[in-house]
Amino acid sequence: MSEGQSSTRRLVRRVSWEAILALLLVLALVGGAVLNKDFLTAENWANLLANFTEIALMALPLSLIVITNEIDLSVASILGLSSSLLGALWQYKLAMPLVLVTCLVAGALCGWLNGFLIVRFRLPSLAVTIGTLALFRGFAYIILGDKAIADFPSEYAEFGIGVVPNTFIPTPFVLFIVLALIFWILLHHTTIGRRIYAIGGNPTAARFSGINLNRLKLLLYVASGLISALAGIVYTFRFSSSRADNGTGFELSAIAAVFLGGVTVQGGKGTVTGVVLSLLLIGIINNMLTLADVASEILRIVTGSLLIVSVLLPNLIAKTRESWRLMRRQREIARLGSAS
Amino acid sequence: MTRIPLMRNIAVVCSLSFLGTIGFAQDKPLKKDLKFTVIPKNINNPYMVIQSGGATDACKELGIEGKVVGPSETGASAQVPYINTAITQRQNAILIAANDPNALVPYLKKAMSQKISVVTLDSDTAPEGREIFINQASAEGIGQSLVQTLAKQIGSSGDFAILSATPNATNQNTWIKYMQQELKKPEYKEMKLVKIAYGNDEDQKSFTETQGLLQAYPNLKGIISPTSVGIAAAARYISTSPYKGKVALTGLGTPNQLRQFVKDGTIKEFELWNPADVGYLAAYAAAQLASGNIQGKEGETFAAGKLGTRTVGKDGVVLLGPPTVFNADNIDKFNF
Repeated sequence: MSEGQSSTRRLVRRVSWEAILALLLVLALVGGAVLNKDFLTAENWANLLANFTEIALMALPLSLIVITNEIDLSVASILGLSSSLLGALWQYKLAMPLVLVTCLVAGALCGWLNGFLIVRFRLPSLAVTIGTLALFRGFAYIILGDKAIADFPSEYAEFGIGVVPNTFIPTPFVLFIVLALIFWILLHHTTIGRRIYAIGGNPTAARFSGINLNRLKLLLYVASGLISALAGIVYTFRFSSSRADNGTGFELSAIAAVFLGGVTVQGGKGTVTGVVLSLLLIGIINNMLTLADVASEILRIVTGSLLIVSVLLPNLIAKTRESWRLMRRQREIARLGSAS
Repeated sequence: MTRIPLMRNIAVVCSLSFLGTIGFAQDKPLKKDLKFTVIPKNINNPYMVIQSGGATDACKELGIEGKVVGPSETGASAQVPYINTAITQRQNAILIAANDPNALVPYLKKAMSQKISVVTLDSDTAPEGREIFINQASAEGIGQSLVQTLAKQIGSSGDFAILSATPNATNQNTWIKYMQQELKKPEYKEMKLVKIAYGNDEDQKSFTETQGLLQAYPNLKGIISPTSVGIAAAARYISTSPYKGKVALTGLGTPNQLRQFVKDGTIKEFELWNPADVGYLAAYAAAQLASGNIQGKEGETFAAGKLGTRTVGKDGVVLLGPPTVFNADNIDKFNF
């Protein structure tokens, strides 16, 4: 009976985070429209959505990884590796579809390496992925050096910067919408999703209930590598520029979006909806500041502050709730004591 | 009797009005309330600061609302968001020093399709991405004179290296191309270019690249650095190292940054033009473009304030003028 109450209270707490995000989103939209007359134009929204497409793509599998209480900091380096591989292979005039598939496979292999090291040797994912962050970026530099490749076929460049006809939705963003739906269904409506939550909430119990943690985590890392490589392809075509240093620093923005989306540091909690909302929120705030000609360094301050707040806030809320609960219990005990 | 004065008067009036139209032809009125965005290669680059300052000074003279926005790192993809923002803000012109000749073209084309005039300065894009390019000096002239200056200092023989900016920068690659062309001449057959290093227009990276060059090539006799960030960093390293006076350093740099190194002998001679004039000229050109007075075609002329009347050359290029050589004799005369 009391368990039922606390689980509904927990559900209320969960819904609240996404509701708060939705509220902030509405406030940001209103604020943006009021502060800048160009905010609500189709042109601006096309830019807004296009600007965070790559980070949004990487944040999706990353949120699942964080729910299982692991992390992947090498996503931006896989993006860079995929981008430089794309440029390098295109220089040899191989067929573009073959080149794209090779980049995706390379990304999956990178993800597999991450997963293998973490799962097989029980190494902490933070340490491993910091290492592969440097390793994969290093490979990117070996492949392409300091060069930049820019002459991609026009249909791919147009895919990168175009919009869906008659809308403001950038064509690469469609990839994000599709993947977000897939991940939403996966996490919230399949047993795999249930297992992911179980691994994050209580790994020991999950293992004893027959879930194959190792295989699932490995799959998640492969997915992360694959989608980061996809993000690399999108980035390369969006800027018609394949460089080894593409996407440097993006992992921070992706992680910020994941934590701001309600995925807790301890794992076991979080929703795809929350991550999508937080991505939009960060995108809108960045866009508002850019329209107001705020320098790009200040935008980084905003992202960093949001990251800190999003990690600090659940902690503070939990602590305040705990102390309220204790106070209520003490009052009840006192009441019962005085009644008898 | 009255006919002659009348004829004379008619002749005088005709010639005066003819001269008048020549004079006024370049003084077509500008549109009101123009807004320009100046996008440098990167914003914390002293050379770019001077150049952008020249552009905003010209904007003030013309009553145009001009602002300088840009990335802190020198990448083409870093400049794209600022181009997009300028389009969204419905600016009348974009003045940009391009970090890449091709990557920006789709976005600049989008700007031009929205009736935003695009002028490149200092570093060009492919011609279809802009209407006018303000070239500070003929690229061939720069390449030739840099090689000549170094040859003078190392006796036309020995190994030398080039410390460039970013590998894609249009202006860098054009100048390097002309340097290599000049090197093919028989009088430089004893001179060998052993390496082109890239400092990315970042002070720290340029510094370490200079260290690397001097360690990897112990027989290096000279370094040409055609970037103000590169030459300043290289000078800083060489002047406190045992190579001072042994390795000749020359290139493109600003007098204020390099004055102490000329005085202490690290650098004998270097070149530049006034970057502020480049920005100034770009703003004037953009003002005429945005007002519809010129289209960027060869032969068109326009008034450029204190820089006089300027003519558009082939491919929409407007030349500022010949470079200035700075050395110990004249460096104190300049303040930029």
